[in-house]
Amino acid sequence: MSLQGPIATHRMRTGIPTGRLAVWWGLASEIFIFGGLIMCFLLFKFNNAPGFEDADMTSTAAGAFNTFVLLTSSLSIVLAHAAAEKGDIQASFRYIWFTIGGGLVFLLVKTYEYSSKIYGGITLTENVFWSFYFTATGLHALHVIGGMVIMGMISFDVRKNHNLQRVELIGLYWHFVDIVWIFLFPILYIANF
Amino acid sequence: MGQQAEAILHETEAHDAHHEMSFWDKYIFSVDHKIIGFQYMFTGLIMAAIGGYFAYAFRMQLAWPGEEVPFYGLVDAAKYNMLVTNHGTIMIFWVAMPVLIAAFGNWLIPLMIGCDDMVFPRLNRLSYQIFLVSALVLILSFFVTGGGFGGAWTSYPPLSAVAAYNLTNWGASLWLLAVFLEIVAFLLGGINFVTTTMNARAPGMGMMDIPIVVWMINIAVILFMASVGPLVAGAVMLFFDQRLGTSFFIPSGGGDPLLWEHLFWFFGHPEVYVVLLPTMGIVAEIITVFSRKKLFGYRTILYTAFGTGGLSFIVWAHHQFVAGIDPRMANVFVVTTILISIPIAEMLFSFIATLYGGSIEFSTPMLWALGFLVSFLIGGVTGIYLGASALDVYFHDSYFVIAHFHYTFFPITIIGMFAAITYWFPKMFGRMMDETLNKIHFWGTFIPFNGLFLPLFLVGMAGQHRRIADFTQYPDLASPDLQSIRIFATVSLVILLLFQFVFIYNFFNSMFKGKKAPLNPWKANTLEWTVSSPPPHGNFAELPTIYRGPYEYSVPGREEDYWPQHLAPNQ
Repeated sequence: MSLQGPIATHRMRTGIPTGRLAVWWGLASEIFIFGGLIMCFLLFKFNNAPGFEDADMTSTAAGAFNTFVLLTSSLSIVLAHAAAEKGDIQASFRYIWFTIGGGLVFLLVKTYEYSSKIYGGITLTENVFWSFYFTATGLHALHVIGGMVIMGMISFDVRKNHNLQRVELIGLYWHFVDIVWIFLFPILYIANF
Repeated sequence: MGQQAEAILHETEAHDAHHEMSFWDKYIFSVDHKIIGFQYMFTGLIMAAIGGYFAYAFRMQLAWPGEEVPFYGLVDAAKYNMLVTNHGTIMIFWVAMPVLIAAFGNWLIPLMIGCDDMVFPRLNRLSYQIFLVSALVLILSFFVTGGGFGGAWTSYPPLSAVAAYNLTNWGASLWLLAVFLEIVAFLLGGINFVTTTMNARAPGMGMMDIPIVVWMINIAVILFMASVGPLVAGAVMLFFDQRLGTSFFIPSGGGDPLLWEHLFWFFGHPEVYVVLLPTMGIVAEIITVFSRKKLFGYRTILYTAFGTGGLSFIVWAHHQFVAGIDPRMANVFVVTTILISIPIAEMLFSFIATLYGGSIEFSTPMLWALGFLVSFLIGGVTGIYLGASALDVYFHDSYFVIAHFHYTFFPITIIGMFAAITYWFPKMFGRMMDETLNKIHFWGTFIPFNGLFLPLFLVGMAGQHRRIADFTQYPDLASPDLQSIRIFATVSLVILLLFQFVFIYNFFNSMFKGKKAPLNPWKANTLEWTVSSPPPHGNFAELPTIYRGPYEYSVPGREEDYWPQHLAPNQ
């Protein structure tokens, strides 16, 4: 165990390492942010607000492909964690970058979707449905980008055999990003339910 | 980690701490929880001065409409709106939260649970820095073209969403950005608080040995985390409405303004308890110490806090009884709202039971704590009137609401803050405050506070609406009777504000020239009183082990009437 920082950081009354505990609390508060956004969307939808039939116009194929990509990248971050646990830092480093690659593919597909909509004349202000579409997926994409950046930073630490526990922490976060997408995909892509 | 390893770790730490630090490293970019607590406290106190100054300006306008206000100038309708909006925003987000939760949370949690710092010191510093930026953004918003936001602290759309309505194009957006940043700062700080309390407690300190104030701050933080999320989403949506032309909350574009009210109050009502619970905790500490008695019903107080927290999530729509919600739905919220007074009343009864039969010492912190109980009681009881939808239809948006609100929030924020500062001052600065000046300040605040807000119940019942800058245009409300009540309230406010200079003088004078404080001036049991005053970086010379709960006062068969938590049973 490294002897950095105050003693408080190294105490473990709950039996859960401090970092993991903090990530869980952070994710808990994120759940309420995305939860609030999704609840708002559903309230509009169940009140039959006009424009929500436009869910037909989003590309279910692109969304499904992205779901697949994101789920696969979640698998690879788990493999990175497993490798780090075993002390195989090279494999862990590779799996982390495989995960970042998954995030990149996700973002490229997203860019394609955004640009085809915007060139098709549909922007943020088209109607409330599209406002939600761009806001929710945009906020989610920001989380993907943030996750990729942090993962990149962690990967170089891992190669130096530093802070291996952080692979697990970013993995928790990455799963959360994944789960948010699992909620966004049906309500925004799989047309009117 | 074993205690031996901790001791070794602590030694290496202590050596690191002995480096001479520059002023900037020591006070501005510090990662020490106590310094960050001070940063929050002083920022909060400066913001309180701004908020108080705003209150002075608009109360003067109400008492003497259309006349130039000394030290401010003319208050026209737009300025009036800006003043009341930002008075509310500042007092909630930049005074109550930073002082009660962030300042005392930071200061007390590591000391009271017996560890050397927060678990994430750098996250802690980041939290304060974001908070500081948020305060600066808010202050900046007063100076942009069009002036500060004037759409009330609740920021209801479409008024807040459309620049053509609120006439404060940039003021409204900067206000929203500032609130957003403030929330982010508190989420980061909150994660740190909860993680620290869960994981970093001293050996021997079980869940039921944690001082109530630490419990309360943690429950408040969790309530905040769970309630603020939808408002964060809402703030993003409202910001897009303002700046990017979406219509989430604008009816003409298919949006729903009522949705914002739900998002806002789903946060806004738990927020009341977010700031109330820390003050309840502070009062619990003070009351036990100064009545030399064990806290009555430690567990009961905890369970009522959990109950209050749970219930606070299902009462929000009582703010919207006249906003067009279904009356059948309103009935549900009437029931939950009136239910929530039960756990809070139970908590107050526990405090009264603690006082009963105790050897009460009327020191200044105790006076503030008792003042809190008395005045919060009035605030709570008048809340029952407003929680009943039938009465609320009449009282809504009247000064009755203003009076009720301030009878809850003034005790929580201002009285709670002074109680805590006067109680922990000896530990914070190593010196005693002047007790005479403290008492003058207490009475000079407490009496005018009642003189200010009791009359507002009367004008409220007479039908005075809360958002009017100048009552001379309304013959029924401009009668000399009502006007003299308004003048009485304003004069009380000015007296109240003037007495704060006594506090400011006493605070700084005692900080530098006060009598040196003994280690444990109040003979209290909790751990913060075992460290030197002010505590050094790293807090404890030797990290303590805990043997008992925090409220073992007047234990039979013991020579001394207190029994600190860290003393072994044979000591």
